[in-house]
Amino acid sequence: MPIRVKNPGMFSTIQDLGRYGYSHLGISIVGAADRLSLRIANLLVGNEENAPALEMTLLGATLEFEERHTVALAGADCDAKVGTSPVRPGEAVEVPAGGVLKCGGMKTGARSYLAVQGGFDVPLVMGSTATDVRGQFGGLQGRRLKAGDLLPVRDGRSGRIRRLKPGVLDAVSRHDIVRVTRGAQQEWFGPETFEALFSCPYAISDQSDRTGLRLKGQPLRPREQSQLLTDGIPLGAMQVPQDGQPIILFVDQQTTGGYPKIANVIMADMHRVGQFRPHEQVRFQEVSIPQAIMLLKEQERWLEDAFVL
Amino acid sequence: MNLIPASDSSLLIVLGNAISPELHHRVIGLFQALLAKQDPRIRNLHPGYTSVLVDFDPLRMTHHELAAIVEQSAGPAGTKAEPESRVVSVPVCYDTEFGPDLMDLASHAGISPEEAVRLHTSAEYLVYFLGFSPGFAYMGGLPEKLHMPRLATPRGHVAAGTVGIAGSQTGIYPVDSAGGWRLIGRTPWRMFNPNADPPTRLQPGDTVRFSAIDRATFSVMAQP
Repeated sequence: MPIRVKNPGMFSTIQDLGRYGYSHLGISIVGAADRLSLRIANLLVGNEENAPALEMTLLGATLEFEERHTVALAGADCDAKVGTSPVRPGEAVEVPAGGVLKCGGMKTGARSYLAVQGGFDVPLVMGSTATDVRGQFGGLQGRRLKAGDLLPVRDGRSGRIRRLKPGVLDAVSRHDIVRVTRGAQQEWFGPETFEALFSCPYAISDQSDRTGLRLKGQPLRPREQSQLLTDGIPLGAMQVPQDGQPIILFVDQQTTGGYPKIANVIMADMHRVGQFRPHEQVRFQEVSIPQAIMLLKEQERWLEDAFVL
Repeated sequence: MNLIPASDSSLLIVLGNAISPELHHRVIGLFQALLAKQDPRIRNLHPGYTSVLVDFDPLRMTHHELAAIVEQSAGPAGTKAEPESRVVSVPVCYDTEFGPDLMDLASHAGISPEEAVRLHTSAEYLVYFLGFSPGFAYMGGLPEKLHMPRLATPRGHVAAGTVGIAGSQTGIYPVDSAGGWRLIGRTPWRMFNPNADPPTRLQPGDTVRFSAIDRATFSVMAQP
């Protein structure tokens, strides 16, 4: 029996690790804004790490369970409860038949992930179950959840429940530093511009969402104003529009764009981008591409080693 | 050819610095060659006006390994065979009901709306790349008389299938979205269907022509 959405929270969608292979048709990669937390939530309940899970933003959802299900939360702590018992991020719990899981507001972090054992049963569209809100497809009818929705669950009772080693999540806890490599149009910017980018804090604008994090701070200017011919946008590219206020292009971003890209968030820190809240401050630190790849490999090893055998 | 690491998991291949049909052929040729490899380590290809961006899995491939594949796919400069180009004829109803900016475009050009439609349907367009939204094709080749800047303030809602122009480009909105292009008509075709294979009517490298249809034909063709 499906899980009923009593209250959808602020902005909740079904996501997985993204839709790849179609960007030449204008189709965004979408998927979880904090992919690391989605993977952890899935692994805790014995799912494949790419299984469809629920991404909740700032204010979580309230869900009614007609049957017993094993679930896990990861990412931002959303003060979740089943009845009066708290559900902490990073541990699998059983919600009994008739139970109500109430996720509240997130005090730190912006996104919380709910995995259910078996995964939500939504169709694969172009190889992914992720919701593409702008394209209006994937996930649950291509849209955010609303009250009264029924979330079907795949049969997956055989999955092995896993536990995290104590304190292991501290290594990926929230951080105001995001590491970047220099971007595709780095030649457009002079050394003083990079110095500003790497020394001044930037505030996250409340206009930020899954398409991009809009930043406010020291304006960044190219050496000369020239027009970039539209080219492809990598995940996490920091583009600089004419007003000089950078934007980190994120999971729902369109596949091509026409502003110069000064820097790019490294893959190992992409999960941090998904957890910033409006008005928080971020600082950028430069790393080389070999360092970025080493940090990603370290993170993968950390995840392999994070669970109790 | 200039290979620029754009991030720790992507490589930007720049083939030139000006928009032209010749450079477009080289971009599409390289894009098609890389697509045909079906290399599971390559995650996405984004052709642009003068470049192809390749996203890859950095845990399974290095920038150097990808660069070697790109150099082999591109072949010696200029010897690449003509890329495949399909010709697609898209039916469009140019009634003002669907094209609220057709009159403005005609008066901007100093011609009648009929002449504007004749010009729009007389040209062959190249699909340079897709972006903005699923299936949105940026097409070059708009007759110069029809060039006009985009709207100062974008519309909050443009219906799927609406045909527009902006600057020297023309395009079709595949899904309901906001949009700043000048709207001149609508196709009854569904330009994007997530459950079809391929999901979009147009692909990079296609040649497109528009054929005018009347309102009655539009209604018949728009039947689901």
